[in-house]
Amino acid sequence: MTLSGAVAPWWSRMLAVAERRLPALTRLKQPEPLPIRLHRHRIYVLPTRFGLMFSAVLFVMLMGALNYNNNPALLLTCLLGAACYQSVFQAFRCINAVQLASLQGEPCHAGETLHINLSFHADGRPRRSLRLRVADQETVFDIAAGDGRVRVGAPAGTRGWCRVGRIRLYSEYPFGLFQVWSWLNPDFAALVYPQIEIGAPPLPQADDAAAEVATKRTGDEFAMLRDYHPSDPRRSIAWKASARHDTLLVKEFEQRRGQDVAIDWTATSALVYEARISRLAAWVLAAEAAQLRYVLRLPDETVGPGLGPDHRHACLRALALLPGAAA
Amino acid sequence: MSRSAPALTAAQFTLTAASVFAAVLPHLARMSKMFALLIVMLLAWRVVQRLRGGARIPAFIKLPLVVLIPVLVIADYGNVFGREPGTALACAMLALKLVETETRRDARAAIAFASFVLMSALLFNSDLVFTLMLCAALSLLLATLYELEPRPGVAARPNWRKQVGAGLRAGAFALFAAVPLCLCVFVFLPRLGSPLWGAPTDDKSVRSGLGDEMDPTSLQELLVDDSAAFRVSFDGPVPERAQRYWRGPVLARFDGKVWTRSRFQADARRGDTVESIGEAVDYEVTLEPSDRRWLLALDVPLAAPENAVRSADMSLVSDKPVDQLLRYRARSALNYRLDVQLSARERERNLTLPPGFDPRTRALASQWRRDLADDEAIARAPLELFRKDFFYTLAPPDLGRDSVDDFLFETHRGFCQHFASAYTFLMRASGIPARVVTGYQGGYFNTLGNYLVVRQSDAHAWSEIWLSGRGWVRVDPTGAVSPQRVQLGAQAAAGASAQWFHSDWLVGLRNQFDLVNRGWNSLVVQFNELRQQSLLTPFGIAKAEYYDLIGVLIGTSTVLLALYSWWVLRRPREPGDALDAAYARLCRKLARSGAARAAHEGPRTYAHRVGAIADSPAPVQQLLDRYVSLRYAHALAPSAAVREFVAAVRNLRLPRGFAKVNVLGHTMTS
Repeated sequence: MTLSGAVAPWWSRMLAVAERRLPALTRLKQPEPLPIRLHRHRIYVLPTRFGLMFSAVLFVMLMGALNYNNNPALLLTCLLGAACYQSVFQAFRCINAVQLASLQGEPCHAGETLHINLSFHADGRPRRSLRLRVADQETVFDIAAGDGRVRVGAPAGTRGWCRVGRIRLYSEYPFGLFQVWSWLNPDFAALVYPQIEIGAPPLPQADDAAAEVATKRTGDEFAMLRDYHPSDPRRSIAWKASARHDTLLVKEFEQRRGQDVAIDWTATSALVYEARISRLAAWVLAAEAAQLRYVLRLPDETVGPGLGPDHRHACLRALALLPGAAA
Repeated sequence: MSRSAPALTAAQFTLTAASVFAAVLPHLARMSKMFALLIVMLLAWRVVQRLRGGARIPAFIKLPLVVLIPVLVIADYGNVFGREPGTALACAMLALKLVETETRRDARAAIAFASFVLMSALLFNSDLVFTLMLCAALSLLLATLYELEPRPGVAARPNWRKQVGAGLRAGAFALFAAVPLCLCVFVFLPRLGSPLWGAPTDDKSVRSGLGDEMDPTSLQELLVDDSAAFRVSFDGPVPERAQRYWRGPVLARFDGKVWTRSRFQADARRGDTVESIGEAVDYEVTLEPSDRRWLLALDVPLAAPENAVRSADMSLVSDKPVDQLLRYRARSALNYRLDVQLSARERERNLTLPPGFDPRTRALASQWRRDLADDEAIARAPLELFRKDFFYTLAPPDLGRDSVDDFLFETHRGFCQHFASAYTFLMRASGIPARVVTGYQGGYFNTLGNYLVVRQSDAHAWSEIWLSGRGWVRVDPTGAVSPQRVQLGAQAAAGASAQWFHSDWLVGLRNQFDLVNRGWNSLVVQFNELRQQSLLTPFGIAKAEYYDLIGVLIGTSTVLLALYSWWVLRRPREPGDALDAAYARLCRKLARSGAARAAHEGPRTYAHRVGAIADSPAPVQQLLDRYVSLRYAHALAPSAAVREFVAAVRNLRLPRGFAKVNVLGHTMTS
């Protein structure tokens, strides 16, 4: 531990120098537009530790066969050695011409785990035992019949645009003797919503609104059916209608009320900057949960009024992209 | 490793266990029964324990086993070094490795070790079928490595049989793809002239030849070795094949399994006991190096060559081992009388049998002694027996402790040394002095070179019995069962032994298989430093040194690797149909004539431009128009029309360079 601790800064300094001096190395570290196709100029191969160990065993076998002048044993050793050696080509074929077609971040709040769906394409033959390393987490996937989808999780940092950073795509297929790898640095950032304040005070005007909801519950007018979004609450799914249409549908209700809930930046002036954002985000969710139309008023913009996933996204996005505390 | 290693799945563990078992299996037959049983039980226990979801084996079980196993090996073999105890130890340690295998890392180490154990099995048996089976076992090892690779959703996979099938296919594919590289390395990797570490004592000499002892298997390898033993040119006419018995070491001591030469031999010069009848034969022998001291001579030599001794049993012994080509002259009597008087000590020596061996054979001999009139009748009796229902074969079944009993009463099949051994035993048991003579029989006469070449495969063993008044008489019991052995040679006799089987196809199959086995022996098993050195003779290198070989090795393997790389890096064919391919071909033809399609030009604009060229042949524009209509007028062009279009493009002949003159004009206008 102490050794690696001592070496690590030295190593990263070396890497920094190398990246400055050798643009060819850094070329692949710049974000690239999608799709990213892997080809021989950016695929690297090295034997694994097991590969090195195995070649030592092969060497011992070779020496034994030669020493005893035993040709069948030598033949067997050569066969095994050659089979192991040619696996480097299979490993290369496994990763060659793989294409990263798209990335898609799932909605998430700061401090949670950011899930990213990656979609890969590869021509013709299936690719097995591909592995992705994103933010120190390893995920195994296959590309069968040309398409492969992977869902990886990475810790979401602070609110705003979150870059995934370099993704290592690698494989030790077929026998674990060689590792082929390549770096993917897609030009992609996922939006991370602000953190939500836990135990936030109730919505402003919540007293009136809640009473109104309670009394007008039966009067809620069923407005329309629409497609299900992953963020919809489960209880709003119209199960019968969904069964009829073979796709998930959601009931939308309309609140016939006179006034909108105002979620106002100025109403939270008692808190520090980031806590204000968290409070507003919590209110947005609360309003959404209570099915109340709401409007978000920020220093520079006003979002809404509205209700529903799109509006909620617009509000949370606006909150996420507020400038930092210093500004 | 800070990452925690996940435990192996049931499929992974089962495959690992199967690989370990496959590696140990070829060794089990050779080990002592106790030890083999121990290993099998250890493996079986571990597999059952693990598949029932048992816990990790604690150290207080593993550690005593680690100590116990070398102790058992020493108790069994007296040693842990050398091939036999070494491989026994390796097998047991491999079984132990399975006991502690829990993670992928353990399993991989076990596989690497298993491949070593698998290879070491070939140090004991170099048979073709055996080698092929071990090569097939390699695919199991590779399948295990394949299975050890992580997969998405391993736990959810309901049926792993399909997955194992995929692994075996991947392993087999890897082995097939490896064959060219493997052969290239095998042929050109320089062999060692002498071993790196001490030549083990149980090893046979690198050079083949007759030894000074004979056990039931000692001649087996010689009999399939087609290399020359010696060559002979005769001064006079060549003796009949049936008379060409080349006398080698004479073996008079028997311990129940092995015939050995008596250690103390008197020099025959002291009193010559050979009486020649008829004319003697003079000849010159060129003996291939054998690292042994035997000089071969026609039965029976009348004098010793230079630097050699003729011992009392009439074998010629050189003063030093023959380590290079040796030429000597010899003189032999084909009809002779030897030792008409036998000393009491000699008589005693040639009647001794080991006590407690082969009771049934002894009983048979004493019955003959009772029933038959004289020594000559007794001497004929075994020949009758052999003629009746014994087979000559180069691949006899194994014999047990009472080897003569087993051969005479159970297996009934063998080759010269079995017959000679049994015959001599029978004679001694019935009171007739007898001994085994080894040497060569026959030889192939090369009419071109006018010399006789005797190969190692002509090695032979026969008997000599002493009859009062006649002295030592040569009896070849093999000739009784298989006259072809004497008439044609050992391998012809082995092939001919198939005559006893009735079906023709079986005979053909056996002969062909024998041929394949011989080919394997001569091509692969006996490929050595000397033959490797002569590999490059066709390329003008008379004696290939190791650096030549390494050069060739690097060259050929580079070519092979280039082929592999081409296979990997070749671009997949652009997806396109026959119509597009034909259009591309048409464009290429036009380009050769000087009207290349520009990258931005669609077929219509291109057709328009080509049509505007003054000398443009009419079919060109038609074809381009047809392409446009086929491509864009239909969702899927009718295949008959496409075929027609393809043929039309193929048959299109353009006048060379018809568009060249217009190129300039075109570029000016565009």
